[in-house]
Order: sequence, then structure tokens, then C-alpha cells
Amino acid sequence: MTSLQEAFTKARIQWDKLQDSKVPIFFVGAATCGRAAGASEMLERLRGYIKAKSVDALVIEVGCLGLCYLEPLVIVHKPGAPRVCYGNVGPDEIIAILENHVLGNDPCAQWALGKVTAGELEGIGDFNEHPMLRRQVRRILRNCGLIDPENSYHYLARDGYRGFLKALEIGPGKTLEEVKASGLRGRGGAGFPTWRKWQFCRNAPGETKYLICNADEGDPGAFMNRSLIEGDPHAVLEGVLIAGFTLGASQGYIYCRAEYPLAIHRLELAIGQMRELGLLGENIQASGFSFDLTIKKGAGAFVCGEETALIASIEGGRGMPRPRPPFPAESGLWGKPTVIQNVESLGNLPLILNNGAKWYAQYGSESSKGTKTFALAGKVERTGLVEVPLGITLKDVIYDIGGGIPSDKVLKAVQTGGPSGGCIPAEKMDLTVDYESLTEAGSIMGSGGMIVLDEDNCMVDIAKYFLSFTQEESCGKCPPCRVGTRAMLSILERISAGEGEMADLDKLETIAQTVKDGSLCGLGQTAPNPVLTTLRYFRKEYEDHIEKCRCPAFVCSQMISYHIDRDRCTGCGACARICPVKAISGEAKKPHVIDQHVCIHCGACLSTCPDVYAAVYRRSGELTRYEARREKRDKTN
Amino acid sequence: MKHILSQHLGKRSSLIPFLQDIQKEFGYLSTKAIDELSRSTDISANEIYGVATFYTQFRFSPPGEHTVRVCQGTACHVRRGRQILNEVEQQLKIKAGQTTEDRKFDLERVACLGCCALAPVVVVDDKVHARMTAKKISSVLSQYKGRQTRKK
Repeated sequence: MTSLQEAFTKARIQWDKLQDSKVPIFFVGAATCGRAAGASEMLERLRGYIKAKSVDALVIEVGCLGLCYLEPLVIVHKPGAPRVCYGNVGPDEIIAILENHVLGNDPCAQWALGKVTAGELEGIGDFNEHPMLRRQVRRILRNCGLIDPENSYHYLARDGYRGFLKALEIGPGKTLEEVKASGLRGRGGAGFPTWRKWQFCRNAPGETKYLICNADEGDPGAFMNRSLIEGDPHAVLEGVLIAGFTLGASQGYIYCRAEYPLAIHRLELAIGQMRELGLLGENIQASGFSFDLTIKKGAGAFVCGEETALIASIEGGRGMPRPRPPFPAESGLWGKPTVIQNVESLGNLPLILNNGAKWYAQYGSESSKGTKTFALAGKVERTGLVEVPLGITLKDVIYDIGGGIPSDKVLKAVQTGGPSGGCIPAEKMDLTVDYESLTEAGSIMGSGGMIVLDEDNCMVDIAKYFLSFTQEESCGKCPPCRVGTRAMLSILERISAGEGEMADLDKLETIAQTVKDGSLCGLGQTAPNPVLTTLRYFRKEYEDHIEKCRCPAFVCSQMISYHIDRDRCTGCGACARICPVKAISGEAKKPHVIDQHVCIHCGACLSTCPDVYAAVYRRSGELTRYEARREKRDKTN
Repeated sequence: MKHILSQHLGKRSSLIPFLQDIQKEFGYLSTKAIDELSRSTDISANEIYGVATFYTQFRFSPPGEHTVRVCQGTACHVRRGRQILNEVEQQLKIKAGQTTEDRKFDLERVACLGCCALAPVVVVDDKVHARMTAKKISSVLSQYKGRQTRKK
């Protein structure tokens, strides 16, 4: 075991050497998303080239920089030049960068996103001035993409574990005060003040206490926690130590989804490194504080993100929630006081301790302090992982950071908070992102999923989508959730199949309210949110579906019919060949016809019809005047 | 099996890790494995099934050679992930949750794989295929269909 002080010194030296490295270094973003975008092939090619030509260069795999839409990303260090970040780097580009920039004199400005370090390089601006980064405040993600997540020295050199040492120095009482002063609220979604939860647990009688890190990021459309763990696992683990120390816990658990193999691997590595450094085990750093950590792999159940269900799952049973109170802070894992904290909440703790509560609270609104990470996805130009100060408006996130909606489409709504959240309509984009205002709008902050929807998204379909998710994931323990989600889903299915009635809307609202009020746990209590918000803001769209059998976004397939324009069709037969049910007939080189009774509304003909002819068209609900005229003419022909 | 059983003996809380290890080793939870587990842990087979069926990770029939998982997360859904699933279902001639007759492919739908920025995604075994389209999917699948691979 190396002493921590010794490790700090070594880490400093190693880090400084890396900064002024005399050999070129490639920092390749190889988190799950980077790999999905092709980083693995690129790495293979790069390593092969370096080996074959015996180039003196280092390759380091780092986490996610957050500009996921430009993956794979690489930061290149060339001795004597500023470091440059490149985007969309495939196997060919990386070799070109190596040959032209690193070994030659052309900095490959065409792929460059910006300079990461100071210095001049022709044609390349500052990376921090990149439109996606300019408005961001990267604190929790400060190390993601810049350090080697598998090398604890990198974390140590970037003020790692200083926050924990500070906590040891000032003691648990003052640590709690500091966290209270920072105004940190739980980042899992509900926004419960962290210090208050801790206070409950500290005051609860009993010697044995537990801390659980909730890394069961189950919300579809959210990947903040995965990125943080993959890119900077020690930041989360330091937070675990700080929380464990403040609570007087002796054992911690990390409950991580099994769907995140890389995150689990990096956590395992990092925990091993902590043991090496004397940061886990008996009497840590001679402070008298003993603490150990175990990773528990989830087995695929969304409801296990709920505190009491998560506890039941760790105890080895079916992951079903139980009524609260007693709250886990009083009686949790094996009946002992337990605090469950989200990954990001924990990731904030080292920052608060190291820089002080005042520094932390610089950003944020009155009631929501600090920064928050969001997984920006859906119909937005620049998708990725962003970190913004709380209190920023939705408009700023979507347009300034996200770059607006692609292909000149119109923004329709933003979905926050996953299945527990709701859809905020385009006219409310001036809303500030904080716990209160999002709740007021009928949604929730949630853990940080932010999905942008455009005119091509049907709101009935979105509500149906979330309901089918919660209905499937409902554990079935309490009837309001078990029966209510199913009842709501069947109404939504009816509406989207064109068989709805106007009375269904009131029925939906009544059931939604009952499920909200009567469910046992957070899953059921929030499950109606997608329905309630879409009904509140997009009632017209529901009415269109019911009264006119019309889906304005052309999503609900039962309401769309496909037709062939006789004047444009040349009879090439492409549509007839692709049609899976052989609904299209016609002689060669003569206009074809779709048999509406056979058609399954899959839309294959529409996407296959060559652009030059564009003979296949679709419609939903009432006919336009033009279509009505054509229909009439078709009949007389 | 013995090796797995010796690893986390005793604690009730080890039940899920047990099941995970068994599935990792054998690919699924066979009746025999559960019986054996029940005998050596003193947890009734009923109770083990109760826990195992609660979680989507566990399967009770042998898996196919390749597992195709089509993401149906929100980001994938709004980028027409459903169409991708339909297309895969058509091509493999099975529904989600089933295995092809030749035991070559398993098809699963998953809630979210956390690659939302690259939506829609399809994962075959451990390889993530990003920005999928109905057209791209057949070339992805054919990579895994034995014959075509050998030809290349």
C-alpha cells in the first residue's frame, strides 16, 4: 500500500509529465457511446499503425466529453503545440491526423473542434467557445473526457480525494453544515434536500448505518450517470466516502444496472485502487473511520430505482416497494438506517467540500443551487451530455446549447424526467430549469433526461409510449398502479387506433388522478404525468384523434392511409416489390394501386418510391381540398 | 455449478448474484440449476422462481447464438425505433422475446441502453450499432448470419 501523501506526490509528477509530454498523446473518447459510434475500430487502426510504423506515441482511453453527436472524439497532444480536440474521427481520419498534424505541419483544421489548451494554431479556435460548450458550466463533468478513468493518479492530480480529506479534518458535523449551506438537493429527481436526509439518518438510533449509491439509471432516455461513472468513477466514489463518513456508515453499496458493463468494470477497478490507497477498509487514513464498499448488480427492473424497492432487491428478494414511513433513513436495509443517494448527488460532494459551499452556490436559482447534468437527446441538432447552471431557461438549453431542431422542423415539446415526467410545450420554453418551475408545469426535473420533440412526434403516441413502459414495469403490488396504468394504456391504445370517444378524455383524467393519489411508490405516483401534461397542453391533438380520426404528426399508423398519385406513378414497381403484404398491384410501366383493405400502413412504399417520382403520398383524417378533388377524379376514371 | 455455489454461500442477499452467475455460466436458468441452488441454499425453489421471474435479466430457456437487442428507449422511440424493431422482427421472422428456429438469433427489446445521443441503436451481442435505419439493419444482421460471413 502506498501512503496517500506519497500517491499525491507521484500523481502530481505523473500528471505534469503528461501535460508537457515529449511524445504525442491521443486521448480517445471510449465510453459506451464513443464505442457505439466507432471508437473501437478507430482505436484498433491507430494502435495497429503506431505498432507497425513504430511511432513513438501514447494512446489513452478517456470518458465522454459530452458532444455525443460528434463521436468519436479525440484530443491530440502534439509536443510544442496546443492540444486539439477533433470530432467525427473514424479510422481514416485518425491516421490522417497522425500523419499530417502530429508528424507533419497541417493541423487538420477541417475536423478540429477547438484547442483544449492555450496557444496559437492557425484556423482553430478555442474548444470552450464551441457553441455546445459556451453556455455550459462543467463542474461535475470537469474530468470527463480529460483524464484516464482507469488511472487513479489522474484523479488524484486533479484535486482528487481532497474533499474527503477536508471532511475528515472538519468532522461529520461540520461536513453536514457545509452540505446544508450549499443547498444541494437530491439529483435523482425528487429534489429532497440532501442534508435533511442525512440529518434523519444521523439522528436515527443504532450503530450500524448504510449508504447506498443508486446507479440504477432506469429512465429511458437518460445516460448522465453512466457517463459520469465511465468517465470519472473516483468522483462518485469520493462522494460515497464523504457521505458515508458524515452518516457514520460502515458499509456502502453501489447498485448499478447490469446493462452498464463498462461502468461496473470501471467501478470495480476504482474500488480496488481505493483499497491500495488506503481509502477503504479499517481506520481509513488513521481517522478512526472504517468503511467498505460492495457493488450490487441490478437485474433489470425499473422499479428498483425506487428506494424501498432497491433495498428489497439488495436484500435478495423481489424488488417491490413498501409503504413509507418508516423512511429508509430510519429503517432501511435490513432494518437499519440507510441513506440512498443518486450518483450525481454524490458526485457533487467532493466539489462542495473542496471549494466550499459558497463557491458551489454561486450558480443556481433561489431554491435550486449548483449545476445539473442533462442528457440532451431526441430531435435536436447537437445531442449529448450537458451540464448547465440551474435556473437556465429551456430555450437556452435547446437552442444555444442544443443548436435547435434539425431539418427546419418546428419544436413541439420537451420531455423531462422520463416516464415520471411530462411534456412541456414549445410556448413554455422560457421556463427556468429548476425543481419548482418544472413541477409547476406538470413535469419534474427527474434525473436529467431531456428529450426534444418536434412536429413529427405525436403526443398521444408519446403518452402511450410512456404508459406502456410504466405499465410493463409496474411491480403489481398496489392496485392503483397495477390496474390504473393498464386502464390508461388501453384507453390510449384505443384513441391511437381511431376508436376513441370524447368521454375517454375525462375518464383518462379521472384515472390519472386516482393513480397519482393512490399509488404506493414514486413509480405509480408519477406514472400519470405524461398523460396529464399531454392532455393539459395538447388536448387539441387528442380531440383530433378522436373526432377526425386524424394524427397530425403521421405517427399513429391506423389513422394513416397511403395512396399512389396516378399522374406521377410511372409503374416502376419498387413499391410493389417492398410491400410486405402484397397490397400493391399494377402492370409494369402503368400506375399502381394500393388495396386499402390489405394495407397494414407500414409506410414502406412511401420511403421506397424514388424521389424523382414521389408518387406515393399519405394522409390522415379529413381530406384536404386538393385530395378530395383528386379522389373524385380517381373514382370517375 | 459447485464453483458458483461455493462463492457466495450463506447469505440470502446473495440470491441475485447467484442467479446472475449461473446465467453467465450456462446462458439461462435451467430447472436443474434452480433445484440444485435451492438444495444448497435452503431457499425454496418457489421462492427462487419468484425472485428470478421478477427481473427481466433472467431467462429460462437456452439462448440463441447471437442476441439482438433493439432499444426502445425514449430517444430511440422518437427517432422511430419501433420501425427498426418491426423490421428486425420481419427479417428474423420472430417476435421480440423469441428465438429463431435455428437458434441463431434471440430478439429482445430493451428499455434503454444509454446511447441516446446515437439513437436509434441496436445491440448485437456486445456490439452497439448506432444510428440505425430500416435499410441498414439487414446488412448488420447478415454480418452475423454464418454463411454470409464466411463468403467475405
